[in-house]
Amino acid sequence: MGFDITRTHYYSSPMAPPTKIPLIKIHDLMVKTRLLEERLIKIYKSGEGFFWIGGPGQEAFDVPLGLQIKKGEGLNFDWLHLHYRSTPVVVAMGLEMIDGVRMMKNVASDTSSHGRNFCNHYAISKWNVAPISSPIEVQYSMAMGTAWAQKREKSKGITIVTGGDAGTAEGDFASCLIWASRPGRELPMLILVEDNHWGISTPFEGQHGEKNIADRAKAFGIKTNIVDGNDVVKSWEAIEEALDYVRTERKPFFLQASVSRLYGHSSASGANFVKEEKDCLPIFEAKLLKEKILTKEQIASVYEKYNKESMEALDQARSEPAPTAESIWDFVYADNENADWKKF
Amino acid sequence: MANFAQAIRMALHYGEEHLGLKDIFGQDVGPPLGGVFTATQGLKTTWNTPLDERGIIGMAMGLALAKSRCVAEIQFCDYIFNTIDLLKIVGNTCWASYGQFSMPMTVMTPVGSGIRGSIYHSHSFDAWATRLPGWKIVMPSNPLDAYGLMLAALKEPNPVLYLKPKALLRVRGEELIPGEPSDEKELRSMIDAPLGDRSKWKPRWPKLEEYIVPIGSGKIVREGDQATVVSYGRLLPVCKQAADQLGSEGHNVEVVDMRSLYPYDWQMIKKSIQKTRRVIFVAEDTEVTSFGEHLSRRTMEELFYELDARPRVLAGKNLPGIGLNPVLEEATVPQLENVLHEIRELVAEVP
Repeated sequence: MGFDITRTHYYSSPMAPPTKIPLIKIHDLMVKTRLLEERLIKIYKSGEGFFWIGGPGQEAFDVPLGLQIKKGEGLNFDWLHLHYRSTPVVVAMGLEMIDGVRMMKNVASDTSSHGRNFCNHYAISKWNVAPISSPIEVQYSMAMGTAWAQKREKSKGITIVTGGDAGTAEGDFASCLIWASRPGRELPMLILVEDNHWGISTPFEGQHGEKNIADRAKAFGIKTNIVDGNDVVKSWEAIEEALDYVRTERKPFFLQASVSRLYGHSSASGANFVKEEKDCLPIFEAKLLKEKILTKEQIASVYEKYNKESMEALDQARSEPAPTAESIWDFVYADNENADWKKF
Repeated sequence: MANFAQAIRMALHYGEEHLGLKDIFGQDVGPPLGGVFTATQGLKTTWNTPLDERGIIGMAMGLALAKSRCVAEIQFCDYIFNTIDLLKIVGNTCWASYGQFSMPMTVMTPVGSGIRGSIYHSHSFDAWATRLPGWKIVMPSNPLDAYGLMLAALKEPNPVLYLKPKALLRVRGEELIPGEPSDEKELRSMIDAPLGDRSKWKPRWPKLEEYIVPIGSGKIVREGDQATVVSYGRLLPVCKQAADQLGSEGHNVEVVDMRSLYPYDWQMIKKSIQKTRRVIFVAEDTEVTSFGEHLSRRTMEELFYELDARPRVLAGKNLPGIGLNPVLEEATVPQLENVLHEIRELVAEVP
């Protein structure tokens, strides 16, 4: 009999009420997204890719988030306004390694951007994953629109937006809090901030006087919570509670998660492992071993599986063609209408 | 005849009834005011927003991603500048996602001078707008086109920036909008909100018909064979007036209303220039790297050997603002006498 990675486990304090958390599946996906990111970094370092930025260190929060998304297209499903560190979310939703590698290799088969955008800037219309763009925090103002459409149409879906702590200094974050909490027009939004404590090289403390970012949401009457985003179970439970509130009450919920930034800001800062940061993966694995949920051999086999898959994905992407020069004019407009003034 | 603001209002009503328009929003766009220029009075899907331009554009972007048709207003284009990176994202979303996400949204904003609007109610945005690839940019010069271009915008799968020449918003048209009552007093009584308490007022909309001005199509508003004047928006009627006046001096000048700045009707412009062999481009926005310069460059590159005179660009002075005193405003933005002067020079130039 093979090991059933989809079965649920009762994990937490033995005294706590049982919650269904698919711990083995979470671990599997955490390893998958971590090894995908490490493969992307290797691609950059070997000169086969141009730039890396991503989310190693956010797996313990983002994988539980991705697994609790109501995935699909249209207003009856959740809309996601993510950022370039959200790779674990989309991996948990079903993104395959090859999709991430193709984007890193900017080949024509990159389904998010056809070789146009940086790695981890996903755009997935079939899952309501809005295009991720490099400008910081713009997703917070865009998210208001999908949430408003969902509220107006009384749809079943909600909107989820996430970004980093440094970017909360941008006006779009304030816009989100204001527009999401207008009396009588509250928006069904889960507003997340994943606090890695850094804005490139600048630590949070020197730039922010507020004790917690969540305090800003409280000022607008928004229900809030703060969670240790390096703890899988606490993250799952906090996300579950927040999602349940937004889905039921059709009002915003603000959740702040402390996470790590394990490979620095991006390849521009070296993309080297930062030993001083807390790493959620070995922490989680120690608990899985202690609780006898997984054995060392089983954990090793997960790494082996995804190492192999990441190498195969790279081999595959290497063999695929680059976009053509002529393709630069594709989809400036919808339906590929001509946008070249020389042809007007 | 409807005025410009009434034409926009009627187009938006048509959009609500027939084109799936679900949200019209912006600062003071909803009741009781219905827009500072009354262009959104009485409409059923209007609502007021916080005083937050980035929020307004962000809201429109999200609605567009969700394929929910909307019109967002920035109250004056002078206040759109803090949204410029969002406008850039709007323009690149379809392209960056390789066609996965189109952005069917319309942003309308009053532009230009002519109301003694001082430094922050006189700006133009056409030159800036045409540097936002991925958008379609329109700027009507009369109520009928205002109606037809709005309906075209509401059918577009792409983002449309709808520039409203604020000095023309009270100007009445010369052609009836299909379905509009011919008596303007009757129209006013039907769709203009009363002064004072409006809480119980409801408009009585005329039975409007579809009328589309295709985006990208210009219009020859005056035929001539001695020179071509290309303009749009507020200065179009000024150019027409200048051409009419010059007609009495024996000059036969053709006037082209671009109506759309991007995509633009090059074939119409080109044909006219080939006929008259002389051209001037007239607009309000500041002259350095203006849209007229692009058109002038294209004229030089494609039609150089067919010209009898050097192409001209008449545009706003390259200044950081437009001063309040009428002397200052009129010295900054092209006036009738400037247009007349330039056209006279153009037609008089000996090759």
